[in-house]
Amino acid sequence: MRDTRYARIMVLKTEPFILNIGPVHPSTHGVFRMRTTLDGEVVVDVEPVFGYLHRGIEKLAEERTYTGVIPLTDRLDYVASMSNNLAYCLAVEKLAGISVPERAEYLRVILAELQRIASHLIAVGAFLNDCGAFFTPFLYMFREREKIVDLFEMVSGQRLLYNYMRIGGFNQDVPDEFLPALDKLLAQMPRFIEEYERLLKENEILLARAKGVGILPKEVAINISASGPVLRASGVKWDIRKKDPYSIYDRFDFDIPTGEVGDCYDRYRVRVEEMRQSLRIINQARRQLPAGEVKSEVPHLVRPPAGEAYAHIEAPKGELGFHLVSDNSIAPYRCHIRAPSLLNLTALRDMAIGWKVADLIIIFGSIDIVMGEIDR
Amino acid sequence: MKFERYGIGIAKGLRVTIRHLFRHPVTVQYPEQRLNISRRTRGNELIWDKVKCTGCATCAKSCPQGAIQIVTSTSMEENKYEVEQIEVDTGYCISCGLCVEACPFEALYMGYAYERAKYRRGEVVQANEQLLPSPQRQRSGYMYPKIADELPRQTLLIERITEEK
Repeated sequence: MRDTRYARIMVLKTEPFILNIGPVHPSTHGVFRMRTTLDGEVVVDVEPVFGYLHRGIEKLAEERTYTGVIPLTDRLDYVASMSNNLAYCLAVEKLAGISVPERAEYLRVILAELQRIASHLIAVGAFLNDCGAFFTPFLYMFREREKIVDLFEMVSGQRLLYNYMRIGGFNQDVPDEFLPALDKLLAQMPRFIEEYERLLKENEILLARAKGVGILPKEVAINISASGPVLRASGVKWDIRKKDPYSIYDRFDFDIPTGEVGDCYDRYRVRVEEMRQSLRIINQARRQLPAGEVKSEVPHLVRPPAGEAYAHIEAPKGELGFHLVSDNSIAPYRCHIRAPSLLNLTALRDMAIGWKVADLIIIFGSIDIVMGEIDR
Repeated sequence: MKFERYGIGIAKGLRVTIRHLFRHPVTVQYPEQRLNISRRTRGNELIWDKVKCTGCATCAKSCPQGAIQIVTSTSMEENKYEVEQIEVDTGYCISCGLCVEACPFEALYMGYAYERAKYRRGEVVQANEQLLPSPQRQRSGYMYPKIADELPRQTLLIERITEEK
């Protein structure tokens, strides 16, 4: 009796209606609008609408000196400023043929990996928040992130927009109290990652919500040129730190964690595993850290020869690339940014169709986007 | 998905949460209790050394926002231009610290203070005497390690937690 009634409801087609989620909604992680077409509660179509945070960073970069662009890159992915600085500085160094001292290379790796942990902590916390674990894991993650942000504040003077890396190294060496604090952090961090895994890894509600939801097949992930944890969760072993080592990443020993099916749970697991691998890299870099200069001889106004260069790094969210064109003046002729969040976002429609609205929120949360990078 | 494991995972998670209940809080009651900020803090004001400044305007040229404006005399005296007007629009300033880094005569410093909100828009524009150091306008150690050593040590969360245990 009950089954037949249920079946009748299932064949009953309702008229699809359009629901706007966002642009100002806590689950959209910024000013992002999802124009969803719903059939009942099932998502039929998702159209991402963005541009609410557009500041024209690529155009602004053409008006500034090469050094003056670094504060702008902070504002791309504003929870991972160090990685943005690194990508931009690598591009300019490639363009102008500037070498970086050994100590600066090691410090860059340490800071970039710390930044990856900080960014993944936010990603995991926000994802669990979307799943319904309301703010408890989020605040635990922020507590860990605070320790890393403290270190960044110590070296650069600010907590969010670091602006610390310079073309050819750093503007100043790290203070004396940095390395003892880093050692303390490295000793504590694995225990806390363990603890937070225990908190929710086996939680039945999380498994029911995230396992098998929003599967991104391997082929689709490659076709949309996804990168970072989104791609790796789909089972593709692709990491620029290994495939095209920049800086000194070829000297370190670490694994690339991959997922199996590419669902939301895999993306969450890959991020947690990456935090452990980052700690491994930092430990190695900390042990090998040499003394010496942190900045090579670079003129105040960098004037690279005419030409172009593309440098990409494995940012916390995926492949972050800077394509710079120089016309032998003090400002870039063109600066194009390949933002990982924007390209990963294109997977949203493929993943979300056929799922309910509540699933759409966690699928969206599992991509880990930052609007500053999408709109630029 | 069925509940095959009878909530073992939830119980494990709750154990972590309960352990956290007995921890010391990591937050502080802000306006009454204050933590020491970084010695290299880039506070939201600039501090200017009138004696050392030669009016070369390197700071103004290096500012990515164009927030610094300098009017100097046209003729040099003792290798110095007379600074007639120096004006910083802190409303445009993004506290990137590039001006402090660029200054070849160590005449510009970042401020150590925070809480510099203003009631009127005109007040954010600081000029001449307003830029000089004073007891309320302490200099930060950004790019100046000597000043940094005199400032109080930054309180780190990582140290606070281990002290309490």
